Amino acid sequence: MFNRLIAPALAAALAATAGPASALLPIQYWQTAGGARVYFVENHDLPMLDLSVEFPAGAGYDRPAKAGAASMTQRLLRAGADKMTEEDVEQRLADVGAQLGGRFDNDRAGLSLRTLSSARERQQALDVFARVLRAPDFPRAVLEREKVRLIGSLKEADIRPETIVSRTFYRMAYGDHPYALRDSGEVETVKALTREDLVQFHRRHYVARYAVVALIGDVTRAEAEAIAEQVTGGLPKSSAEEPVLPPVKGLASGATRSIPHHAAQAHIVIGAPGISRTDPDYIALFVGNFVLGGGGFVSRIMEEVRSKRGLAYSAASYFYPLQREGPFVISMQTRRDQATQALEVAQATLAEFVKSGPSEEELAAAKRNIVNGFPLRIDSNRKIHEYLATIGFYRLPLTYLDDFVRNVQSVTAAEIRDAFQRRIRPDRMVTVVVGGEPAKAAGAGAR
Amino acid sequence: MFSFKRKLQLACAVLALVAASCPAATDATESKLANGLRVIVKPDRRAPVAVMLLLYKVGSVDEVNGVTGVAHVLEHMMFKGTAGTPVGEYSRLIASAGGRDNAYTSNDLTGYFASLGKSQLELALRLEADRMANLTLSPEEFTKEIRVVMEERRLRTDDRPRSLVYEQMMATALTAHPYRRPIIGWMNDLENMRVEDLREFYQRWYAPNNATLVVVGDVVPAEVLALAGKYFGGIPARDLPARKPQDEPAQLGVKRVTVKAPAELPYVLMAFRAPPLRDPERDTEPYALEMLAAVLDGSQAARLNRTLVRKERIASSADAGYDGIARGPGFFYLSATPTPGKTAAEVEAGLRREMAKIIEHGVTQDELERAKAQAVAQHVYERDSMLVQARQIASLEAADISHRTLDVQLQKLREVTSEQVREVARKYFRDDALTIATLDPQPLAGVKRKPPPPGLKHVQ
Repeated sequence: MFNRLIAPALAAALAATAGPASALLPIQYWQTAGGARVYFVENHDLPMLDLSVEFPAGAGYDRPAKAGAASMTQRLLRAGADKMTEEDVEQRLADVGAQLGGRFDNDRAGLSLRTLSSARERQQALDVFARVLRAPDFPRAVLEREKVRLIGSLKEADIRPETIVSRTFYRMAYGDHPYALRDSGEVETVKALTREDLVQFHRRHYVARYAVVALIGDVTRAEAEAIAEQVTGGLPKSSAEEPVLPPVKGLASGATRSIPHHAAQAHIVIGAPGISRTDPDYIALFVGNFVLGGGGFVSRIMEEVRSKRGLAYSAASYFYPLQREGPFVISMQTRRDQATQALEVAQATLAEFVKSGPSEEELAAAKRNIVNGFPLRIDSNRKIHEYLATIGFYRLPLTYLDDFVRNVQSVTAAEIRDAFQRRIRPDRMVTVVVGGEPAKAAGAGAR
Repeated sequence: MFSFKRKLQLACAVLALVAASCPAATDATESKLANGLRVIVKPDRRAPVAVMLLLYKVGSVDEVNGVTGVAHVLEHMMFKGTAGTPVGEYSRLIASAGGRDNAYTSNDLTGYFASLGKSQLELALRLEADRMANLTLSPEEFTKEIRVVMEERRLRTDDRPRSLVYEQMMATALTAHPYRRPIIGWMNDLENMRVEDLREFYQRWYAPNNATLVVVGDVVPAEVLALAGKYFGGIPARDLPARKPQDEPAQLGVKRVTVKAPAELPYVLMAFRAPPLRDPERDTEPYALEMLAAVLDGSQAARLNRTLVRKERIASSADAGYDGIARGPGFFYLSATPTPGKTAAEVEAGLRREMAKIIEHGVTQDELERAKAQAVAQHVYERDSMLVQARQIASLEAADISHRTLDVQLQKLREVTSEQVREVARKYFRDDALTIATLDPQPLAGVKRKPPPPGLKHVQ
């Protein structure tokens, strides 16, 4: 299929303030006996259950020399556990139509399960799920096999322009912060991983007390409580403090890097460390970014780069908020001889937006979209589950969705301009162009 | 991306066998306006939202040589204004209403959809009806948008070796049938496209009697029908061109094609001609093929992953899929990427061993039951998304399969026997029905970059 647009993942909008119980989404919260935090929405519309258990165990907790340990730990959970072989795990899940998935990003790692809620299916799926989380074997033979597979895919990715642009950007923007590390590790560090690395990582990070359980679906509160105990009960125990990530240093100056590549299109990224999940400027920046480059066809970057000039199929900006300052990014791809022109257009669009902020009209339109479109953010179990997991992991208030709508409604153009001017410095951006060629003389029609 | 695994859709009624009830979504209703526009409404009251999808039964299959890609370029231009709605206004209005809109083009259909709060459905219908009849197609906007489409082709095909493999595979597997041409079009055809080509295509195919309106959401069917009548009712029906079958002649032997492109690992894609679903009540083979695909690759427990990836370790990944919902020819796919150090020939041999095993020994009852359990569960999961439900109805309808046969389809799938699975493997896993496309990885150094030569040859 060819879509008119593949939208970049819009960063989910989260902001934190205190308040009363949620009116939009009846989230139930409690802790398990072992201290895991549980977030539950009871919904019997469909005979199914979505569940996840997540930990502070993402790539940000890797050490540079062992980069990839976090990812390999998560990847190998399902490779055999508690007397079940890898084949046992896969067959038992498949026999009841259950889907075992997982999350792995800079902050978070864990597993998720989608299963029918009928008793036989649910019980078999939950049994396997709890056991792979609690007692993974990390078999040496499987580790060696997965290292070979992963190294092959890393080498394949390493020649792709989108990989090169992204890796280069993260290294330049984050320096020695672990957010600069590649999620899955590098070829050399993956080669060095041992079973002991995974065992230790699991013991240190997959701890009951750090766990966040998110559930939505066709079970009662009592059943949900039992499930939360079942899937966290046997997890490693630890009295150690929950691991933390070091602070991110801002960029003292901008930097530009151009890397040759054979591809038909140049891949361009402009960005810098941006904001954390609990940043007080979050709403202003989120709404502002909708106008700048997050709003699809009604955003300025799309208008300038694509609609007015036909320079790119996809062109957008986003904030990716993390535990620490996740990146602000503008990204696009264009025919290689247009790279300079496209870059200039994007830079000019950013500079103008930071200088003047959104117009009142743009702000009103953005608010109408975000507020009127709010029901679309929670119209499926999958979407609600995603919010539960995020609210839980980042310890956002249960009223966060209500707060979000209210705060979006009240933000002003002056606040947005002020926030952008303080937080986004066009003269301190990391700019990476992979595969561009200098534009022909006078070929660029951009301002 | 292209989906190799377009699943047969399954139905609710039979689910009672595994699930207590079938709440939330009720049966779809179907009506037709006097001008031929079909209206299918599926109430789903889980959230106060609605998805509108207008599908035109026209896709790349309806293009002719020299203007490949025109269906998709027209899809882009449908957002570029009408007599009464200026350029960009469509997206602005939908966005202001809190909606999200997009569109897609496949071999068989062009679909336009919007998700909105249910009170905003009328806006989407009004705008959709407006651009069915009053599209501007300004030459200035076309000049810019055709460049966007060329960027899309570079992004999604030219710079992606596996997309090139798929494109070349289709161009090789078929000689006469238009599925041989890429949906996005050959670059040279895009370079030479004129706005008149779009206008002609638009006037020929964008008529109410060639369209189906699908609405899924918290709506009342009678009200949707009334709104459809209000906005679409005044658009006159038009004579549609005759659709010629363009049946593919018999294949006379195995076909092979090699794609050289910068990459690290090889990739092998095997495509067998196989019958698509035509008569949901009487057909049996398409259901057996669907189960064959599930036994091979329906889950991590399925054969290809278990054998080629985990046990023998010759493949980094291995996939199977059956594309059985189509107006044109159907295909059964097998594909694999060798693990580093293994060759394309070795994974091809591995895939062939798996085929031979099924032809010789069939599949076990356990495997078949597992595949059926997954199909039933998958059907429940799909109902979590209104957009997925709308797109399923659209795919079926564009292939002339009524969404009303969903119950029958699930029942037939559950009746498949292991002997039937073995029989379709025996019948269709034949070299005379096979096309094999192989990616031959080229080192990055020394790759010359210049404007691609025209047509087929741009892959070299």
